[in-house]
Amino acid sequence: MLILVKKVTQCRFTKVLFAVGTLLFCPVTANAAETPRSGGELVFAIGGTPPSFDGHRETTFAMIHPVAPHYSTLLRFDPQNYPKIVGDVAESWQVSKDGLTYTFKIRQGIQFHDGSALTAKDVKATYDKIIFPPKGVVSARQATYAIVDKVETPDVQTVIFRLKHSSASFLANLASPWNFIYKADLLAKDPRWYEKNIMGSGPFTFGEYVAGSHWVGKKNPNYFMKGRPYLDGYRAVIIRDTAPRVAAVRSGQALIEFRGFNPAARDDIVRTAGNQVVVQESPWVCNLTVTINNEKKPFDDVRVRRALTLAIDRWGASKALSQISVMKYVGGLLRPGSEFAIPESELVKLAGFGKDIEASRKEARRLLKEAGVPEGFSFTLKNRNVREPYEVTGVYVIDQWRQIGLNVNHVQQEAGAYFNDFRQGNYDAGIDFSCDFMDDPDLQLFKFVSSNKSPVNYARYNDSVLDDLYDKQSRATDPKERLKLLREFERRVIDEKAYQFPPTLWWQRIVPHSAKLKGWKISPSHYVNQDLRDVWIAQ
Amino acid sequence: MIPTLFGVAVLIFFLLRVVPGDIVELKYAGAGTYAPKEALDRERAQLGLDQPIWKQFVTWIVGIPRLDFGTSMWTGQPITHEIAIRLELSIQLALMATFVAILISIPLGALAALKQDTWIDYCVRIFSIAGLAIPSFWLGIVIILAFVIYFRWLPPLTFTSFWVDPKANLTQLIWPALAVGYRYSAVATRMTRSAVLEVLREDYIRTARAKGLWERAVLVRHALKNALLPVITVLGLEFAFLVGGLVVTEQVFNLNGIGKLFVEAISQRDYTMVQSLVLLTSFIFIFVNFLVDLINACLDPRIRYR
Amino acid sequence: MARTSVPIFTLPAIFRLDLWVEASFHFSRRRPLGAVGAAIIGLMIVVAVLAGFISPYDPLATDYGKLLQAPSSSHWFGTDSFGRDVFTRIIYGSRTALWIGFASSFMGATLGALIGVTSAYFGGKIDLVLQRFMDLLLSFPLIILALVVVSLLGSGMTNVILAITVPMIPRCALVVRSSALALREMPFVEAARALGFGPLRIIVRHLVPNVMAPYLIMLTAFLGQAILLEASLSFLGLGVAEPQAAWGLMLRGAAVEFAERAPWMAIYPGLAISLSVFAFNLFGDSLRDALDPKLRLP
Repeated sequence: MLILVKKVTQCRFTKVLFAVGTLLFCPVTANAAETPRSGGELVFAIGGTPPSFDGHRETTFAMIHPVAPHYSTLLRFDPQNYPKIVGDVAESWQVSKDGLTYTFKIRQGIQFHDGSALTAKDVKATYDKIIFPPKGVVSARQATYAIVDKVETPDVQTVIFRLKHSSASFLANLASPWNFIYKADLLAKDPRWYEKNIMGSGPFTFGEYVAGSHWVGKKNPNYFMKGRPYLDGYRAVIIRDTAPRVAAVRSGQALIEFRGFNPAARDDIVRTAGNQVVVQESPWVCNLTVTINNEKKPFDDVRVRRALTLAIDRWGASKALSQISVMKYVGGLLRPGSEFAIPESELVKLAGFGKDIEASRKEARRLLKEAGVPEGFSFTLKNRNVREPYEVTGVYVIDQWRQIGLNVNHVQQEAGAYFNDFRQGNYDAGIDFSCDFMDDPDLQLFKFVSSNKSPVNYARYNDSVLDDLYDKQSRATDPKERLKLLREFERRVIDEKAYQFPPTLWWQRIVPHSAKLKGWKISPSHYVNQDLRDVWIAQ
Repeated sequence: MIPTLFGVAVLIFFLLRVVPGDIVELKYAGAGTYAPKEALDRERAQLGLDQPIWKQFVTWIVGIPRLDFGTSMWTGQPITHEIAIRLELSIQLALMATFVAILISIPLGALAALKQDTWIDYCVRIFSIAGLAIPSFWLGIVIILAFVIYFRWLPPLTFTSFWVDPKANLTQLIWPALAVGYRYSAVATRMTRSAVLEVLREDYIRTARAKGLWERAVLVRHALKNALLPVITVLGLEFAFLVGGLVVTEQVFNLNGIGKLFVEAISQRDYTMVQSLVLLTSFIFIFVNFLVDLINACLDPRIRYR
Repeated sequence: MARTSVPIFTLPAIFRLDLWVEASFHFSRRRPLGAVGAAIIGLMIVVAVLAGFISPYDPLATDYGKLLQAPSSSHWFGTDSFGRDVFTRIIYGSRTALWIGFASSFMGATLGALIGVTSAYFGGKIDLVLQRFMDLLLSFPLIILALVVVSLLGSGMTNVILAITVPMIPRCALVVRSSALALREMPFVEAARALGFGPLRIIVRHLVPNVMAPYLIMLTAFLGQAILLEASLSFLGLGVAEPQAAWGLMLRGAAVEFAERAPWMAIYPGLAISLSVFAFNLFGDSLRDALDPKLRLP
């Protein structure tokens, strides 16, 4: 009997019959690409309120998520293919050989929501406001565009940017999600008009905003891309506290929350909602750094600083913390996995990134002793009073330092006191953070150049070698050359001088959302691709 | 009333400016990006923060009699508008919670007083003290989790006015009203119980009992009427705090109310907003006190005939 | 039988231990609920004092291999999101709770009582000014006042104590003042004044001992409130900071996020808070019944 069965199953004919039978009798599964359906209102949750409505001025996701759908930008990141850059308002563009002239051709037929046409004049007015803001107008990212000499519009469809020197990152900077294209006439009348009003050319028109409660947008019937947007509208519900926000997505009342949740929330949502929920995950262009006050004793001694970084077990942290918080990836100053990131083989050679933590800690103790720091030495770590991931990181780092005999006090402060203390240098060590919209070295590394050049460098040190390296890499058009300079930069900051260092980890972005939501692909930045143009809701 | 309000205004105005941190820095440093110093200074000038302090104070105070509280430093919208959006919710929640508290406390307190020192009395006292002991935010979290896990349902997330859609409105507010009301009933139950106890010892009650009137009639007609006074006083005072004081409850139930606005404004260092909110809550407190005194005067025959 | 008069304490009597012991027995027999409350409080104090001896682990010791473990024989209350033993942290948390509770309510009640008595004794302008100031402080909701103080001073244990003390002061002042007002007219005070005693002596030797009843009642009433207020402040992120063990802090963030996977993280601190506040309230309630049932608390 057994021999018969064996013969049947081994017979090739049976196998073919079986395969054919499966195909015939199993339900035909739909093709991976489904056809988008028009209609429906997208309800999503946000964790904060927009301070003003002006994208050139604000820096928080709480502004971008509800407001971005009303506007277009010159360039954008391809939603399906980050970080590839595609045109939004720009149809095509050319870069001159010397890298000093960028010429953009503006699409025809784009209208603002009030019916007027969008032309090169509006793009110029927008970028003049960003790069050369008039008196009384704040442009948060003005420094990034300092290399622009002027913006010209030779005709109604062309915009030319003339730069003072070449830059590898300029194009990506133009794709910034914050650079909403505004109407030139409105800016001429009142450059601050956009702080309290909306008039854009994006896929959605403004519906209503009830402060602290919700923001409503409606489909723009005259959007330049035919057939888009798919949605009839969207409603952003403001939920400040994490628990009710997670509950909203879990119960299905909100279809998605665009910033991201931590693993525990994801697990809870998946457990309750099962296959009605889909989870998208991605590394995040956000990290936390341990900042050390280089002016305060004993932290002015490089041995003490090296000891502090050697004590932290980053690989262990990755395993442990990634289960309970968004901290996950071990990396240097640039996001692991990005174009210029340092590969693991080189990373483990830097102080604090080695895999043998016992050896590192031994070395750390030795250095402390050599520097004359007594056992049980006490200092404070200043941190924000936000739980995830600040508090989690603070507790972890303190615990690591405990193991080399340091007694650290954790002081958690509200944002106001925290920033104040950092700026004044009124701290020993602190947890600082950095979150950006793309993996650009210019953006990421600005934090680490000398304090007298970079106001976001709270560690209070000056190092002309670093400044020099930074400038060189910014102008380097050859990627290999740039890579070399970046390596050198990282090595100096993290290993040789240990000024300040990513203590731990880069974040993971976890976005669980209703399976009915389609057309949105996660990217490493929660600021990009929030115009909801391609999003649709399945039945 | 006015001098107290003025005192409150002065106190909070100067207190705020002592607190470290500056709203302009907060806005820019908040997201980790960099803004140049001139930008920050410009912003400060726009908000009027570069003026001498006494001038800022006068500018603000002068607008108040006209009900012009200035504009929020964080959003730039007029404060009266920002408050108006949230006030309806806070007041409605306070009213509902007080109503719940009355529903629980008066019958229970009277019952406990009637059956003093029996196990019913003990049970009521334990029940009401538990209301004081359980952290209300904890109760709120448990309620929300229970809904999500067992019913996969959540109360409506945004506020609709009662006059627009009563069903949505009540479905959202009944749960926090219950959580808060239970807590506030604790104080009122205790009050009712001791007030009724006190009244029951009075001579005229003994007379009514001697006359042979039914126990319940005795209680309702005589005792409760007179016991009501201190209970109303207590409930009134608690109500005043409900409007701005439900900070944690609002956070847990995601209610867009005055408490949440308060916390946000304080952490954002939005001076004008905090000042105005403090004035508002003080005003409500003083006003309710006044109302309660009035009711006392009306209901208490002893005071009336003074 | 109704007790309608406030027992008159005299200064020497306060320091007689045997009188206190006798009063306690009397109290326990007549008011069993209050006795239960007192017993729980006693247990709490013992646990807090002996924390080092009875806890199995170090409250700060993390163990990343044992995150979020369910209660077991090695970890009676399970572990939290950092692998720390919850049972140990509850025990050490009682220290924080009692310290904050006692410090803030003692300071608040004492300061308030002093202000109340001074205000009542001197009357006139002093009374008016003090009353106005107390009214001012009273018109802030409890938590808002605490929030403003924390914003001013920053978070951390000492500042939390101060932040909780401040709202307590006017409440106690109000109650003590009304009691003291009644006393001011009593014959023994008149007699003392006639004998030429200075105001300080009268206040300390005669008024203060006689407002002990409302003072004690306020003290116990505030203890429970103080613990709850600390829990709320920590929940908002403005109280005691990690990695210290405090019940309110244990309820923040992680406990809620992991509430389904690891409910023990939230249940035990919640129970601890509720039980201790419950005990303080039971005790305070019965104390009030015994000493002055007519007392109205703001």
